[in-house]
Amino acid sequence: MLEVKDLHVTVEGKEILKGLSLTVNAGEVHAIMGPNGAGKSTLSAVIAGKEGYEVTSGTITFEGQDVLEMEIEERALAGMLLGFQYPVEIPGVKNIYLLKAALNAQRAANGQGDMPAPEFMKLIKSKIAEMKMDASFLQRAVNEGFSGGEKKRNEILQMLVLQPKLAMLDEIDSGLDIDAMRIVADGVNSLRAADRGILLVTHYQRLLDYIIPDRVHVLVDGRIAKSGDKELAKELESRGYDWVEEESAA
Amino acid sequence: MSDVQTFLDRLAERTEARRQAHGPEPTWIAARRQAGAARFEALGFPDRRVEAWKYTDVRAIARGDFALTDSADFSQACAAALTLPIDAHRLTFVDGVFAAALSDLGELPAGVAVMPLSQALADNHEAVGGTLGRLTGVEFSPFSALNTAFMEEGAVVRLAPGSVVEKPIFLQFLSRANAQPVMSHPRVLIEAGARSQATLIEHHIGETEAANFTNLVDEVLLDRGAIFTHYKLQEAPLKDLHVASIHVEQGRDSRYTSFNLNLGGSLVRNDLVVDLNGKGAEANFNGLFYAQGRQHVDNHTLANHNAPLTFSNENYKGILDDRARGVFNGKVIVKRDSQKIEAHQSNANLLLSDRAEIDTKPELEIYADDVKCSHGATTGQLDEEAVFALRTRGIDEQTARGLLTLAFAGEVMERVELEAVAERVELVVAGKLPERFNLSGLVEAAMSLHDD
Repeated sequence: MLEVKDLHVTVEGKEILKGLSLTVNAGEVHAIMGPNGAGKSTLSAVIAGKEGYEVTSGTITFEGQDVLEMEIEERALAGMLLGFQYPVEIPGVKNIYLLKAALNAQRAANGQGDMPAPEFMKLIKSKIAEMKMDASFLQRAVNEGFSGGEKKRNEILQMLVLQPKLAMLDEIDSGLDIDAMRIVADGVNSLRAADRGILLVTHYQRLLDYIIPDRVHVLVDGRIAKSGDKELAKELESRGYDWVEEESAA
Repeated sequence: MSDVQTFLDRLAERTEARRQAHGPEPTWIAARRQAGAARFEALGFPDRRVEAWKYTDVRAIARGDFALTDSADFSQACAAALTLPIDAHRLTFVDGVFAAALSDLGELPAGVAVMPLSQALADNHEAVGGTLGRLTGVEFSPFSALNTAFMEEGAVVRLAPGSVVEKPIFLQFLSRANAQPVMSHPRVLIEAGARSQATLIEHHIGETEAANFTNLVDEVLLDRGAIFTHYKLQEAPLKDLHVASIHVEQGRDSRYTSFNLNLGGSLVRNDLVVDLNGKGAEANFNGLFYAQGRQHVDNHTLANHNAPLTFSNENYKGILDDRARGVFNGKVIVKRDSQKIEAHQSNANLLLSDRAEIDTKPELEIYADDVKCSHGATTGQLDEEAVFALRTRGIDEQTARGLLTLAFAGEVMERVELEAVAERVELVVAGKLPERFNLSGLVEAAMSLHDD
């Protein structure tokens, strides 16, 4: 589904990713872990199309399409969605507008008309209930004045509504208390499906107690230094990242 | 014949016709009319050498030939389509003429009087004469002089001390498509007693083809502790000419909140002047204007901090498209002994076209030394990070920009407590946004969901 090959990315002239390769197949949950500054967030930002990241070499393909040639919105319409580490506050844009505009855009891309209002409302109501959010939140501006936990839940809500083929979640666990973490993890787990890939970026193993990954990758100095199954995450938890760095340097 | 003479001739005709029909007017009214006419004749229409009118050309008014009307005929169906759906104490005026058939005051709380000016004058003209003109004299501008010379109708609202009006008081001004354009000079007088509380909505709207001139004067007197919220929703037809002079006087601990929402009219000028005369008085100015085509919208505000410990907050936003022009002039004057006041002001604008123009000017005159004042004006760009965030959800760039432009206006509307007003403005703004933004239907759909 997603294939990243030998990706080199520089930000403001500094090389952050130095030959990263990664394959995510449908039905798999991948976790990318690593010390701060290793380039974890850079990967998802580049896939989503954020400005300021220069791909100097390498390729990213999604279902055979060249991702780097696609507009930002085209990537989303193709099925790649990024849940932000720091969701942007958008004063004045109501959540309901964002959800409706995004869903309509997706349907238009699939040759469908706008979803009829009753159906849309039913869908939204069931999803906000799933995320344990209050219906009043639909009329509130996107993320404005939201707590850290509410912002993250809102990111997952958008995923639940838009049902991406590839969900990328950047440090979705940061700033969450244990209750919010459970809700977010339940939301992510409900996305697990045979036709969907999930890419988690996280610094801590804690999240992976709730969302069990199929593959764990350790990103060190812009490259994947080690890959393994969920046991690798546990090992990182107890031993830290230094040994991987030493091993990869050796 | 000069522009001024056209108006003076109309006045002479009108005065004579009135005398023949109703006999002489009370002396004080006749005297003020004369004073207004004399002042108007002396000043003439302002040209652009006058600083306060530097950016606003009023020749479209000066060169007009406007009739006066006595007819309040207006189709019920059309009025129903235009009106704001809100449960309120309602008075309607058609081209300035009171329309009883479209009015319904319902039951007013004890101590609260709301009536057409004509009725207030008929009941007890001396009670009106005591306050009318106290705040907005003939000196203020040629338009206030003209209003004083022509005034016949309008509204009087009196709130006894401690009275609270739960439902809004709703003054609806309808502009009609006439064979010959007409002018009206409505006069609104609000006297809010100590600790009284009310919300007033002034709604200016009309038939699409109307091309009339409205020259409004509002005088608002707030006694100690009165709380008054004033919506002015100006959706006048796109050929209408609209001038409004609003003066507010605030006693101790009173609070005045203005929502000056301008969506219509070809030439619009609002003057909002507030005198903060008692300690603890607070004035909040919220403004929104959206102009397109060749609309011209000019907002002048003035907060006079005449007493210590007074507060003013101003937040105006403008969106200008096509060749529209906006003017914002926000002035704050702090008197010498007005210590410990706070005055904050901001004006943000979005230009959707290269040919749109905004002239924004904050003015501070501070003669006290212990004050907190701030002002800022931006002519802006949309938040690119927000554009990106929306695009990552599959929303195309133009729609993202449309949503953010709607949101820009929405920030003013978030402070609006009356949902009917907020919804109307949001729909109108969404409807005015350029087609490239692809927002048509979105707001309506989201609103109908909200109603479910």
